[in-house]
Amino acid sequence: MTTASIPWMQSDVARRPLVERLHDWVTTVDHKRLGILYVVYALVLLVVAGIEAAIMRIQLMAPHNDFVSPQVFNRMFTMHGTTMIFFVAMPLVFGFANYLVPLMIGARDMAFPRLNAFSFWLTAFGGVLLHFSFLGGSGLYGAGTAPDVGWFAYAPLTAKTFSPGHSTDYWTLALLVSGFGSIGTAINILTTILCLRCPGMTLGRMPLFAWLSLTMAGLVILAVSPLSAAQMMLLVDRYLGGHFFDTQAGGSAVIWMHFFWVFGHPEVYVLVIPAFAVVSEIIPVFSRKPIFGYPVMVAATVCIGFISMSVWAHHMFTVGMSPAANGFFVLSTMAIAVPTGIKIFNWLATMWGGTIQFRTPMLFCTGFLFQFLIGGLTGVMLACAPFDWQLGGSYFLVAHFHYVIVGAILFALFGGFYYWFPKVSGRMCSETLGKLHFWLFLIGFHLTFDCMHVPGILGMPRRIYTYEPGRGWDAWNLWVTIGVVFQGLGTLVFVGNLVWSYFEGDRAGSDPWDAWTLEWSTESPPPVYNFAALPVVRSRRPLWDLKHPEDPDWKYEQ
Amino acid sequence: MYGLIAAEAAIFTIFVVAYLFYVGKSLVGPLPNEVLHAPVFLTICLLSSSLTIHRAVAALRRARMRTFELWWAFTIALGAVFLGGTAREWHHLIYDQGLTIRTNLFGTSYYSLVGLHAFHVTVGLLGLLTVLLLGLGGRVGQEHTERLDVLSLYWHFVDAVWIVVFTVVYVIGR
Amino acid sequence: MAALAALLSPTAPSGASATQPLSPTSIFAPVSTPADSIFELSLFVLAVTAAIFVTVFGLLLYAVVRFRRKTNDDGTEPPQVYGSYEVELAWTIIPVLIVVALFLATARMIASTQHPAKPRNALDVVVIGHQYWWEYRYPAFDVVTANELHVPVSDAADPAPTFLTLLSADTDHSFWVPRLAGKTDLIPNHPNSMWIDPHETGLYLGQCAQYCGTQHAKMLLRVYVDSREDFDRWIEAQRRPAQADGAVARGRDVFETTACVNCHAVAGTAAGGRFGPDLTHFMSRDTIAAGAAANTPENLRLWIRNPDTLKPGSLMPAMNLSDADVNAVADYLESLR
Repeated sequence: MTTASIPWMQSDVARRPLVERLHDWVTTVDHKRLGILYVVYALVLLVVAGIEAAIMRIQLMAPHNDFVSPQVFNRMFTMHGTTMIFFVAMPLVFGFANYLVPLMIGARDMAFPRLNAFSFWLTAFGGVLLHFSFLGGSGLYGAGTAPDVGWFAYAPLTAKTFSPGHSTDYWTLALLVSGFGSIGTAINILTTILCLRCPGMTLGRMPLFAWLSLTMAGLVILAVSPLSAAQMMLLVDRYLGGHFFDTQAGGSAVIWMHFFWVFGHPEVYVLVIPAFAVVSEIIPVFSRKPIFGYPVMVAATVCIGFISMSVWAHHMFTVGMSPAANGFFVLSTMAIAVPTGIKIFNWLATMWGGTIQFRTPMLFCTGFLFQFLIGGLTGVMLACAPFDWQLGGSYFLVAHFHYVIVGAILFALFGGFYYWFPKVSGRMCSETLGKLHFWLFLIGFHLTFDCMHVPGILGMPRRIYTYEPGRGWDAWNLWVTIGVVFQGLGTLVFVGNLVWSYFEGDRAGSDPWDAWTLEWSTESPPPVYNFAALPVVRSRRPLWDLKHPEDPDWKYEQ
Repeated sequence: MYGLIAAEAAIFTIFVVAYLFYVGKSLVGPLPNEVLHAPVFLTICLLSSSLTIHRAVAALRRARMRTFELWWAFTIALGAVFLGGTAREWHHLIYDQGLTIRTNLFGTSYYSLVGLHAFHVTVGLLGLLTVLLLGLGGRVGQEHTERLDVLSLYWHFVDAVWIVVFTVVYVIGR
Repeated sequence: MAALAALLSPTAPSGASATQPLSPTSIFAPVSTPADSIFELSLFVLAVTAAIFVTVFGLLLYAVVRFRRKTNDDGTEPPQVYGSYEVELAWTIIPVLIVVALFLATARMIASTQHPAKPRNALDVVVIGHQYWWEYRYPAFDVVTANELHVPVSDAADPAPTFLTLLSADTDHSFWVPRLAGKTDLIPNHPNSMWIDPHETGLYLGQCAQYCGTQHAKMLLRVYVDSREDFDRWIEAQRRPAQADGAVARGRDVFETTACVNCHAVAGTAAGGRFGPDLTHFMSRDTIAAGAAANTPENLRLWIRNPDTLKPGSLMPAMNLSDADVNAVADYLESLR
């Protein structure tokens, strides 16, 4: 591979004025720049939502604390949840997919670059709108301030009667707008993968990251739409006098729950499947073996996608559904554990017999495996409806989903940051700072979320701004809060590492990790056209074939 | 376009589910069997417009520009008749029968579902109209066949949704 | 199983009574059949998931140690293994079997706990959730009370379960007393039912478990499981209307002429409001404001003067009474035994 162009950092041409460069970024339709925009946006909001979490934890570290009022606390948990899911996790996932998918399949850009930009700006605007609610106005209770109805906004708490003012409207409109952005991105990813693969890259030769992005996009299309529909109905109720969720007129509060969770459950798979994707790229490279059981991994992922559309009411076990309905959702939820477990075993098998290098990306992936195992198992426990009757809606549940979202998804994404940062920026991240980030965050994560299971078991429900002493919850809550300090420090180290490495890190070539997929065949950072010539591939690991011409993959692949 | 159709289908499904769920649950009238009359003529118009748009695209494929323009305009006309008829029906329901979106569960779910569909018809018509105007200005040629084929997919989808809505509202729901 | 149970229930060390757990709201210290059944099922599930964890984590640990790159590694690539259908089959079938076992155990428990046949001598209580308090009605006795639920103890020889019908007057709530049963939601326009049969007397704590608004956190639950005699005595007292007491006539006057009666009821008087808790036997309760504070003269006066001092965001407004009036009303309420 010859590097025909000079990275802009090294060029002698004078830098253009700042205004022009900013204008380029704002008007870009290049998938790589949009990917970076998504990710930077998400990181900023990660800090904001993290502060919201810290505020909650300070309030909860002792019983009858008065660090914040109940009104503020209720806004904090609503904003923390809504921001983290819609404006941190989803943009991160879309950012990674946007940047990497065209490169991995040997394309020059996404199928619809302008739609891509439009979708990003819709999402960005949604986040701004949501946070504008803090400033929207003060005065009458509930009028024009941040939403406080919980991130799943159950009816009838969201009706005009119980939420006068505009806080719920900020929630509804911000998510409606960003929901359309998400659907746009998903359509883009789907079309790009189905139509723009380079010659020789059959669906069976795509990197797993591409397969999982495809599944994720399909899920977004099928899952975000129900949420948009339900939110339109909520707006009809609140502004046109409709009765969709108006229990006084015979409407149903439960039907909001059904609609919401028909979105909500596949949504968590939308978030975790890209984490699987990242891990499926990193573990093989750092174990020096191909992924074990590629066809089975694809099949398992598609299965997970399908089954995930049928498990939603496990969020509603306490609502009083019939025993038959409860039983069905128990079965479907446990069933989804089977393909998920298969994936864990396949990752393990990839490591087995390999030569594992524990660089920072691999450290985070190992953390992912450990924590996803535990989070998945507490999920299996909660899938048993009677167990959920006790522990649903408690801090055990909060611990479970944070275990999966932070311990699995965020850890995997951190690994992805360290893995692809050299490709995006042309520089290596500091290994020392990376390892420091890992250990700090690991300690903090376990302090917080291991301890958090116990108050749940001891009867502590979620979404309470304070609690009674004498229930055995006090010390555990204190330890949970202490863990936040370590996670905060770890995050600071992470951001510092990214910034420092961007300016001072060692120069990375096009392939610093000795990896095998197409994105490593072009320069770091890639030129705007991605590839000088569109590659032609014969196997799942085109760069392995090039590096090992005596022993290429296409001789052995099933 | 298939992706967009899938997303839209999911949205419509939720509104249909809500409509079906609330059949028979309104606490006060008016009730569907009292006020709803199946709009057969309008349905024929809308479903025929699928045929006409198909013929229009076929004509464009063979570079028969005038035939294309005629069939395309016919499609728009049929769509407009459908919208006009819906507007008339709603006027009658609101002013003569006293059924509004806030009257009861039937009113809420009916106007939302039919209204969502009518909104999609309107957006479609605007798109079709834009193409018609561009065509009259001589800017549309045989090379645009594939794009207009994709646009006509949207129109077919809108018609398919109407079949579902018609069945749910005027057949099952009564 | 019993040894595991003993390990898991956080009971106090010997010396304390055997039924005094370290936490009054632990799900692992059940005293009623629904909670007992869940406890047993959870032991089975925990055992299965623990076994899975130990196995997989063991493999992970082994892989991390055994296959890490050695310092003297010469850079050759390890054998490139693409997969194995036999292995995939094995680790598909075994999880499927585990899922089937877990599902059957769970389904059996769901069937036995939800909607059992109601015995003839079951006590019926209607629970109505409000923002942010609990209304309890005993239809068979014509009793309406609030916030502190009394039920009779039930033993195996003479079962006397209590069947709760769960309704809501406004938003969603959830009734969760961990030692008695799993939680069931109270949803407007969607009646639910649950049952408990506590076999030990005592006070059992819990709280609302579905976010219902600003003061969701202080919508606490107190369930008093009384002996048969104590319960009969209690319900008889609750049936009587309020006794007139001349000494507190002034307070009663303030109570009935200020807006108090718009929300509160006192049986046998003109006060008939149902938006707030029934106060007929106010002094039979240990706490006020749904458990937010102890029922002491000082707290009562704080509450009447300005509810936000004890429960900011509760729906009872500060009535701007003079100090004299506050004391008078408090005296009146303290006469409602």
